[in-house]
Amino acid sequence: MAEATQTPYTLKVENLRVSYQAERGKVKAVRDVSFTLQKGETLAFIGESGCGKTTLGLSLIRLLPTTAAIEQGKIIYHHNGEEFDIVNLSEKQLRRFRWREFAMIFQGAQNAFNPVLRIWDQFWETARAHGETNKRHLRERVEETFRLVQLDPDRVLRAYPHQLSGGMRQRVLIALGLLLKPPLVLLDEPTTALDILTQRSVIDVLRDLKSQMSFSLILISHDLSLAAELADRVATMYAGTLVEIATVWDAYYRPLHPYTAGLIRAVPTLSGERQDLVSIPGSPPDLISPPTGCAFHPRCPYATDQCRQNTPTLIEAEPNHMVACWHWDEVAADGGARMKEQVEA
Amino acid sequence: MSTQEAQELLSLHHVVMEFKVSRRATVRVLDDVSFSVKEGEILCLVGESGCGKTTSGKIAAGLLQPTSGEVRFRGQNVWTADKATFRQYRRGVQIIHQDPYASLNPTQRVEDILSAPLLRHKIARNRREAHQQVLDLLRTVDLTPPEDFIKKYPHQLSGGQRQRVSIARALTLRPQFLVADEAVSMLDVSIRVSLLQLLERLRDQMGVAYLFITHDLAVAKYFAWEGRIAVMYLGRIVEIGPTPQIINNPQHPYTRALLSALPEADPKATRSKQRVHLRSLDVPSLLNVPRGCSFHPRCPLFEEGLCDGKVPELHAASNGVQVACHLNENEKVAA
Repeated sequence: MAEATQTPYTLKVENLRVSYQAERGKVKAVRDVSFTLQKGETLAFIGESGCGKTTLGLSLIRLLPTTAAIEQGKIIYHHNGEEFDIVNLSEKQLRRFRWREFAMIFQGAQNAFNPVLRIWDQFWETARAHGETNKRHLRERVEETFRLVQLDPDRVLRAYPHQLSGGMRQRVLIALGLLLKPPLVLLDEPTTALDILTQRSVIDVLRDLKSQMSFSLILISHDLSLAAELADRVATMYAGTLVEIATVWDAYYRPLHPYTAGLIRAVPTLSGERQDLVSIPGSPPDLISPPTGCAFHPRCPYATDQCRQNTPTLIEAEPNHMVACWHWDEVAADGGARMKEQVEA
Repeated sequence: MSTQEAQELLSLHHVVMEFKVSRRATVRVLDDVSFSVKEGEILCLVGESGCGKTTSGKIAAGLLQPTSGEVRFRGQNVWTADKATFRQYRRGVQIIHQDPYASLNPTQRVEDILSAPLLRHKIARNRREAHQQVLDLLRTVDLTPPEDFIKKYPHQLSGGQRQRVSIARALTLRPQFLVADEAVSMLDVSIRVSLLQLLERLRDQMGVAYLFITHDLAVAKYFAWEGRIAVMYLGRIVEIGPTPQIINNPQHPYTRALLSALPEADPKATRSKQRVHLRSLDVPSLLNVPRGCSFHPRCPLFEEGLCDGKVPELHAASNGVQVACHLNENEKVAA
């Protein structure tokens, strides 16, 4: 390869900071987040409710509500040799950028459609807004994407959204998102609220699509099993900060941040014997006045005075394994075992 | 019978539940559901949405009267029993709902929420006694120090704390049986386990039996490892048996499909799983339940003439498991 020295990236986020204006003060929802999304990779953001993962997603595609603002940082988008900062795009530029370059598929597929339009009209409207003029041409493309998501075009295109089941709506939404073959896709909780067998079909569809169309994917989910299934790399968020980024293997089998270690030990699995689980004591902090130092210190069995005073930065502790923790070496040494002791104590 | 053996506490016998959906049409949500729970036992109901697990829970808790069939509490049919017996049943069986944001009255403080049933059922004779008991209840559910919580309104509490208040409320009448309907599903993973551990402790310390309703088989496995799991599909129990058997050696094709479809928080395990491929992804409507075995349009082992004929009854398979599948009857199900 000619460019072997530099792996091509799709998105490079630097020191992103997003806050909401609330009555009590500023809610610091995303605090100095930096990461790079490689071309063609699936990066999953995991974390609990209120950790800032959805806000991060919304700011990447500039769909934040008016009460929120990007206070600092860059979101560099790269495609076909072109490069620009999404933060600086005007509304007009954004309209062209969204969907064609960057599609976002939200949670709650039932709310994403216009209830009084047939599915075909929703596709036509979207395509027309992005310059499509030929209905037959669009129909061909829709049929092609529907095959990938295992939907019957004749039946589904004539239906209104309420006539489809939840799983079908979710697949239609995925098809709609991929219609313009965007190089970058963001999925926010794509399988939440779906039944097990439907969820499986959506996961399988996503995996097939990834292998057939080479887009970069950002997956936002609180569901650790979904990330285990689909992600190449996993990013853990806590209290608005990124605390760990690692390959899916390292994240699950060699987590270096106590919070990641705790999360993974908190989820029951089906295979094998019943294992002991861990719960992380306490609850996530208030983002108006997050704790000093490492935001996780009040809940962390590894915490020392250093953690209470100084904020750890994200460092490459091991090859391709970034972590923001003063005591990652201790977590590595005992495999996060102290998370468990604390519960038994 | 030895005195060691636990007594049957609550049971459903051939329960049918129908709801009117229009002037002419009724929908049968439960069809011939029977199960029993012994003192201190855990029975998990699992299945996808619309399979009837919540309705079964409401019937077990006495919030719904079945269209036909019996609900028995300590051997007595509760809907034909005298008032005193019915009251005893309603006190003995309590329910914990799914959504702690909706199940607590937002205008009442924790103390009011918890003391109302204490006073109403004369467990506490006066406000002062009730106050003491509320403090004890809060300690039981690990909301400590209880003085910090007693004056709070639900909106001042986190989701996990609210669910602890719901559990405390369910415990006010010292029940022997708790129906927990998706009691931890809305909570974040890091606090879910501590709630499950609390429920487990109540069973160990107070001998509470559970009807634990969940769509999450991994949670069912964790919570009911020493108990049993019943798998429901379109208003019927299709398989019931000891948890390790159901999880590790499922008999019904539907149970197998569910277990094989579930992603797991373990990349190696989840990516190397053998999948069961269904013939159809569509869940049939309860208004138009397929003839014979209701799973037959989706079942990968479907046999014409057999599966779409008669409804399969639950019958004993191996190791204490009961399964409702024609193919299993003829022992054609080979792994």
